[in-house]
Amino acid sequence: MSVDSAVSLDGKKLTIAVKGRFDFGSHQAFREAYERFYKVPDTYVVDLKETTYVDSSALGMLLLLRDHAGGDNADIRVINSNPDVHKILAISNFDKLFDIS
Amino acid sequence: MNTLAPVIETLTVLIAEDSAADRLLLSTIVRRQGHAVLTASNGEEAVRVFTRERPQLVLMDALMPVMDGFEAARQIKQLAGEELVPIIFLTSLSESEALARCLDAGGDDFLPKPYNQVILAAKINAMDRLRRLQATVLHQRDLIARHHDYLLQEQRVAKAVFDKVAHSGCLNAAPNIRYLQSPYALFNGDLLLAAYTPSGDMHVLLGDFTGHGLPAAVGAMPLAEVFYSMTGKGHGLAQTLREMNARLKRILPVDMFCCATLLCLSTERRVVEVWNGGMPDGYVHEVVSGRRTPLVSRHLPLGVLSAEAFDDRTEVWPMALGDRIFLLSDGVLDTADANEQLFGVERLQQVFAANRHPDHLFEEIEQALAGFRGQVRDDISMVEISLSPDQPLRSPTLVYSDSGQASPLDWSVSFEFRAETLKHYNPLPYLLQLLLEIHGLRGQSGALYSVMAEVYSNALEHGVLGLDSSLKCDARGFADYYLQRNERLAQLSSGYVRVHIQVLPTAAGGCLTLRVEDSGAGFDVEKVLALPQEVDRLSGRGLSLVRQLSSDVHWSDGGRSVCVEFCWEALA
Repeated sequence: MSVDSAVSLDGKKLTIAVKGRFDFGSHQAFREAYERFYKVPDTYVVDLKETTYVDSSALGMLLLLRDHAGGDNADIRVINSNPDVHKILAISNFDKLFDIS
Repeated sequence: MNTLAPVIETLTVLIAEDSAADRLLLSTIVRRQGHAVLTASNGEEAVRVFTRERPQLVLMDALMPVMDGFEAARQIKQLAGEELVPIIFLTSLSESEALARCLDAGGDDFLPKPYNQVILAAKINAMDRLRRLQATVLHQRDLIARHHDYLLQEQRVAKAVFDKVAHSGCLNAAPNIRYLQSPYALFNGDLLLAAYTPSGDMHVLLGDFTGHGLPAAVGAMPLAEVFYSMTGKGHGLAQTLREMNARLKRILPVDMFCCATLLCLSTERRVVEVWNGGMPDGYVHEVVSGRRTPLVSRHLPLGVLSAEAFDDRTEVWPMALGDRIFLLSDGVLDTADANEQLFGVERLQQVFAANRHPDHLFEEIEQALAGFRGQVRDDISMVEISLSPDQPLRSPTLVYSDSGQASPLDWSVSFEFRAETLKHYNPLPYLLQLLLEIHGLRGQSGALYSVMAEVYSNALEHGVLGLDSSLKCDARGFADYYLQRNERLAQLSSGYVRVHIQVLPTAAGGCLTLRVEDSGAGFDVEKVLALPQEVDRLSGRGLSLVRQLSSDVHWSDGGRSVCVEFCWEALA
């Protein structure tokens, strides 16, 4: 498990990439990935390309990010989820809160 | 450079050596290193001194009279128990077999004669490090064990309190419910609740909170309380869901929520109404055709959305007597075998497909899981509810607000519920609470609620919304009916349902007259009442139920007004 984050050159987009299992063990690292930036970006991208597994606490972490990014006004894209991960996001109907692709 | 390694801690060292000269020499060396010294001249004495003084380290000559060092080492190790008391053998033996014997007997190291001071000091220090490491490990192990016991004790207490709340329902009493749940599933966040509504319908909730342990269990208590109190008062799924969601949203941290399936099973109406937010597909299993309708998650879990954004839309499916509903938690699908392969939906479907006798389905799933994994996980929840004809029309225990004073017996009241109210509000629980102020009616609260529910929904659906009940002639039309109901209700801008309640004392006791009017087009009462009562038809069941349960019923104003009477005898 590892969490990497990078800000676009114009500072408007923060990309957080989670590798391996996205579960309770990622809690601290995931929070730090967006809390350590002083400037608040317009858009957040959560890249799950290398995420192998997502559990309910990971869904909770996405909700925390959404809260941090402004709740109903948050612009968060969850991208590159594999079919298994996508299924879990779909069962919980998280596509109603996040832009999932 | 200092030839002696620095002493970190003063130890008490036992020296067992039969040669007086060697004993003296060793004692001097060890004392000079800063340790306290005890001596023994044979193995037996060494064991005696050890028992009395409990030294922390032993220097043991291998060959001694009375009892040799090997036997003494064995006995001392046994006496020391879990504590590490390092034993360093002192030996002039040099063949490897003899040296190996020293270690086999429980020795931790050996030191060849003649003694080298520097090596001896270094070995004592090395052994002391090991000794302290062992002590730290033991201390931490005991600490963890204590914390673990404490945690289990807390869980026992929490569970005992929770069981009082959670099991106040009919989960264990209802003959048509079967379930599998580990006793501590609560601490995996799983929650299973069941209770009867006043009209004898059954509400069932299977929930799964995020996370594990006490954090996963804390939300269960308020959820169970809302479930039981609102089900008992006759609130429908939508209101109950709204309250649950609002309550959880308010009390839980942002990253916690509860996936849940809530359903209302009605033997009377032969339907199940379902809301699924975040749980795996449940199933309606038609016994005759073998068809399974999935109950799909259409919503976000409870506790995520604000009250304004929450979606309480439910789906309704027809059921025949004997049909079953099957719900499960993700622990079932995520059961993994030795190779981390998941059980998954496909294997579950195979079990369904292979099933020949519906009574055995539950065991077959259990067996498939056990066969797949070797054992059943402790975070699995499954429940099967069948639509049984003998479901009792029982009244739940309602909490009455009075203090045993005489009940009001001569009054009347009228309500008009208009479009905006009809859209969002179910007035029945409120009306029922009001009517149960009359002591004489409490005995028939189940029948009263069923009749009220029936005449109210007739007024709303056929009257105000103008829905045609003949739509419900088959399963397909049935689904259409409820779809249209939701659409028309959402677009409703005018119309009303009026409820007039009159209570009068009679010679025998009292009589309640309930008149319900609607703004709809009415219907041909004589024609509808003349229709034959087909027991198995999906529609038209309502009127016969009303006629069965109330003292008197009649229609007026071209079917736009219905009047129902309930009489009771004075309580002795």
